Amino acid sequence: MTTQGRDLSRRRLLFGGAALGAGALLAGCTSNEQAPTAAQTKAAATGGNNEPGKKVTIGFSAPAADHGWIAAITNNAKAQAGAYPDVELKSVEAGADAAAQRAALSTLLSQKPDVIVLLPHDGKELNAFGLEAMKAGIPVVNLDRAFPDAKAYRLQIKGDNYGMGVAAATFIAEQLKAKGVSNPVIGEIAGIDSLELTQERSKGFADTLAQYGLKVANRRAAEFTADSGQQAATGLFQALPRIDAVWNHDDDQGIGVLAAVNQANRKEFLMVGGAGSKKAMEDIKADNTVLKATVTYSPSMASSAISLARLIGQGKGMSDLVELQVPKEIVLASETITKENASDYLKLGF
Amino acid sequence: MTETTPTTLPAQSPPADPAGTAKARLSWWRGDGGEGAKRNLGLLATLAVLVVIGVLTRPDLYGDASWVWGNTLTILKLASVVGVVTVGMTFVIIGGGIDLSVGAIVALAGVWCTTVATQSYGAGGMIFSALTVGLAVGVVNGLLISYGRLVPFIATLAMMVAARGLAAEISDKQTQVSNNQFINGIASTDVLGIPLLVYILAAVVLAGWVLLNRTTFGRTVAVGGNPEAARLAGINVRRHTLLLYALSGLCCGIAAIMLTAQATSAQAAMANLYELDAIAAAIIGGTLLSGGRGTIIGSLLGVVIFSTITNLFAINGLSTEAQNMVKGGIIVAAVLVQQVQFGSLTQFLARNRATTT
Repeated sequence: MTTQGRDLSRRRLLFGGAALGAGALLAGCTSNEQAPTAAQTKAAATGGNNEPGKKVTIGFSAPAADHGWIAAITNNAKAQAGAYPDVELKSVEAGADAAAQRAALSTLLSQKPDVIVLLPHDGKELNAFGLEAMKAGIPVVNLDRAFPDAKAYRLQIKGDNYGMGVAAATFIAEQLKAKGVSNPVIGEIAGIDSLELTQERSKGFADTLAQYGLKVANRRAAEFTADSGQQAATGLFQALPRIDAVWNHDDDQGIGVLAAVNQANRKEFLMVGGAGSKKAMEDIKADNTVLKATVTYSPSMASSAISLARLIGQGKGMSDLVELQVPKEIVLASETITKENASDYLKLGF
Repeated sequence: MTETTPTTLPAQSPPADPAGTAKARLSWWRGDGGEGAKRNLGLLATLAVLVVIGVLTRPDLYGDASWVWGNTLTILKLASVVGVVTVGMTFVIIGGGIDLSVGAIVALAGVWCTTVATQSYGAGGMIFSALTVGLAVGVVNGLLISYGRLVPFIATLAMMVAARGLAAEISDKQTQVSNNQFINGIASTDVLGIPLLVYILAAVVLAGWVLLNRTTFGRTVAVGGNPEAARLAGINVRRHTLLLYALSGLCCGIAAIMLTAQATSAQAAMANLYELDAIAAAIIGGTLLSGGRGTIIGSLLGVVIFSTITNLFAINGLSTEAQNMVKGGIIVAAVLVQQVQFGSLTQFLARNRATTT
């Protein structure tokens, strides 16, 4: 009994020691020292609107999604706020869904910030919050996901989802025309299908292709993640033995799409990305993959939203415009990045 | 598993139904083993129907033999990651538990093995850390459930949230690209014309089958059917439960390497809803949700059926929503079949008891 007990304790000691060692080794492995991507901020120049003015407290909320683009949004907002001496940023985590964000925002509202900048999980679901805040006299800046009710926001700044589809379709159609491909086979790999932004992107793509007399042969929806992109692309390649062009909505899921391209050994087509990640721009510049262009949907809009929120809080207008107040809606243009201009845009990649 | 052979009872009991007991002994086909085989044949028939639908809807593609072979391999590759997760899940469910954290463990192990620091140790370091992280999280699950006496549903639900949170924390919500050629090569290498991923799946399924059917550990996995009886039979139920969750975690670690190789990257949102895919596949494959019964081969067929459906919808250009509805319908059908079988089983037991008293 005792010998057995000793045996057991020795075995436990060995196992325990091994577990501790493995644990220590693993803990060392979580360090993630990457060269940080420079945030996309506008340096505060002297003079005009950039002169420090009244102190403005900006409340900020964006979803805690595990996605490069959303991460860039939050980083940009924080960095831009830090660039102004007269801005204080109160950031609340928005949690996993619209309900969690609503709860977080109500605590933010009780702190009475001067302006609220928010990227809602879903514009429709948080419309009521926008109305409530505006009624309480706090201007709301809606970032990217529109509220249906015009009274729910003071300023809306968003990317052009429909325009992304237009830009991608235009590039693809022109390239195919230049190559003289007749009856081209065009594939599309969309993002999360239930989001309005995905539907707008696909509509812009389909509408513009139709103007050229083209159509999408097969459309697969992924989930904005690399592994889902890989699966969607693999399905697409099985359905279409020959492809001439593919538009992939998102560069983050594009990592998986490009992996699928290598695994299936399919190089016969050209691919256009979306959003404009740093890696996509580097790939386009190097010109050694099927990725030939990407259409932007830049997270720099978060930096601009903070700058505009500051102006709203101080009651100033945009200095280049005649109006004394900030406009109500700003839609960013979607730009096409190709091998020729990739170097210029590289600093805007996230 | 259920060794209660009615043939030992008639000695004391009046031969009320000799024909019935004789029938039970008569053939393996009508007995316990036959039930699994019949179900697997049903699954193969379902698979055949799906292929026929594919042939009818896209005769142009199915006319090309090399495309058909390539497509079969693609379906198996698609099934490989979820398949490995499902093997672990099958053990847990047979053992009377459930593991909702598998998708999160895959994400955590994937993220952990693609950090810059881990990648600097090369492929060996990446594989080691993925397997160890998977195993460690599984052990934590097991400890919470067996010694902490938490309900499996709650313990693994908590782990699902926590592990994804930790993965997001480590990755800083970014997509981590794997620059290791060996790891990335796992998904793009073929050996003798068959992808490496399919070999890995086959190896895990084989190991799972041997463990479940040919070892003492496997023979006693069915404690889930009746933990009290297992305890009285001298089985250390707690340690047993711990090992089941550790096994599931280890499978997730293996799956994490495979998925990272496929996507050449990892992120905290990867392997989204794999827990549901794995549970659904196990149930379709005939694993009883209440524990005590299930087969590895059945689960594998369940996974292959799901990936065939995904493939079928892709080659026909149909939307993901329609696909999810069909998958939901199949799960309901499988559970209904189980219900009917289970109902007949309780009936059978009740009849048996009536004859002995």
